[in-house]
Amino acid sequence: MAAKENKRAPGWKEMPIGGVNPEAGNAVKYNTGTWRTFKPVWFNDRCIQCYLCWINCPDVSILIKEGKVAGIDYEHCKGCGICAVVCPVKPKKAIEMVKEEK
Amino acid sequence: MSKKLLALTGNDAAAYAMKQINPDVVAAYPITPQTSLMEKFAQYVADGEIDTEVVLVESEHSAMSACVGASAAGARVMTATSSQGLALMWEVCYIAAGYRLPIVMPLVNRALSGPINIHCDHSDAMGIRDSGWVQIWSENAQEVYDNLLQAIKIAEDPEVMLPVMVNYDGFIISHAIENLFVYDDAETKSFVGEYKPKYMLLDAKKPVTFGTFDLTDYYFEHRRQMAEGMRNSKKVISRVAKEFSKICGREYGFLEGYKLDDAEVAIVALGSTVGTARAVVDELRAKGIKAGILKIRVFRPFPEEEIAASLKHLKAIAVLDRADALNAVGGPLFDEVRAAFYNKSNIPLVNYVYGLGGRDMGLDDIKRVYSEVSEVAKTGKIKDLVTYLGVRD
Repeated sequence: MAAKENKRAPGWKEMPIGGVNPEAGNAVKYNTGTWRTFKPVWFNDRCIQCYLCWINCPDVSILIKEGKVAGIDYEHCKGCGICAVVCPVKPKKAIEMVKEEK
Repeated sequence: MSKKLLALTGNDAAAYAMKQINPDVVAAYPITPQTSLMEKFAQYVADGEIDTEVVLVESEHSAMSACVGASAAGARVMTATSSQGLALMWEVCYIAAGYRLPIVMPLVNRALSGPINIHCDHSDAMGIRDSGWVQIWSENAQEVYDNLLQAIKIAEDPEVMLPVMVNYDGFIISHAIENLFVYDDAETKSFVGEYKPKYMLLDAKKPVTFGTFDLTDYYFEHRRQMAEGMRNSKKVISRVAKEFSKICGREYGFLEGYKLDDAEVAIVALGSTVGTARAVVDELRAKGIKAGILKIRVFRPFPEEEIAASLKHLKAIAVLDRADALNAVGGPLFDEVRAAFYNKSNIPLVNYVYGLGGRDMGLDDIKRVYSEVSEVAKTGKIKDLVTYLGVRD
């Protein structure tokens, strides 16, 4: 997880013009996980390690550690719910969508 | 400096400039009165004289979109349009400026529908005046050609990086044949030079993203940068004009005065009408009337200080608008010229909206303007602030 950057955002003289982003892959620094209504909750004890959630996640937000599904990246997960839909585990899925509570 | 004299229409003069520029990509869609320009240009490509990639698209929205893509990829890009075509590419024109893509576009000025009309007025260009495009205006075919060559260098200057529109009057300039000088191919090629973009999509060693989502935290800064680019363009336009004078033999300014230095009354205008007004001024001068003209060549950036300084000695001024702002006051040029004088002088200014939809602006019409503005100068009183000149009551 990238640390939150606390420094002042650049002024207009310091930025590339035209909204060009010259830094490839820097989306990891930008917290897009604030839009969710529902969040996926992953249950390790039910998970069969099929990786379907990891394959289907459009935001690369299924965390993998040492080759195994290890949880959700809540800084970038937008709560689309695809992981919970594709999870094949029965009778209770290994990923459930839960309403966000502030 | 070597040049040759040719007889060309305004559109052919524009096509000739485009041939010498030899852009990497041209994406365009035909529209009257621009059509013969693109026909001529496409012929140069088909004949193998130049190696531009011509992209034939299904609309002007697609034309400007293809230009934006090609320009972001790192290509030198041109297109051309008129009236409804510009209206259809509207949203993408703002994107071209916002992404800071130095696209150059001749705009063959034509009235906007409706009712539908194919003839000249300036409502197309005036509608898009605040989009972040530099606007240069041409009085005749020579200026169309000269302005286009200069436009490339202005747009691509690292301090500017804004698209440039070269305006000329539909049919009046685009389809009339005039004598003009064209310059040596090698000299123009070395003048326009090569486009070296700082960022381009096709540079795999330096990957960048264009078109990022730009919200409350960054958009304002990007707009401020655009304002700076437009401010910078003033010195770049002057510098390019000086450099170009070595090829063409005369130096273009933001403005051009005609018998203005000792004038008492003057008109301010854009485009081909200035040529007609020159003949009227000569006639009035022969009768001892001190009449002059201020032609505005560069409308964006707006040369406010220069306009106020050039006109400060006059007794009365008439601003001619070939477009109506429909703001219940007058034309857009009038609004801005009048604002340029605010806090600086008390010279009376009046406005004439003329020539909408290609209505002819004849010698007698211009004589009437000078006669009425002379009356304002004599009495100091403005009878009619805005006059619709040449409209039937």
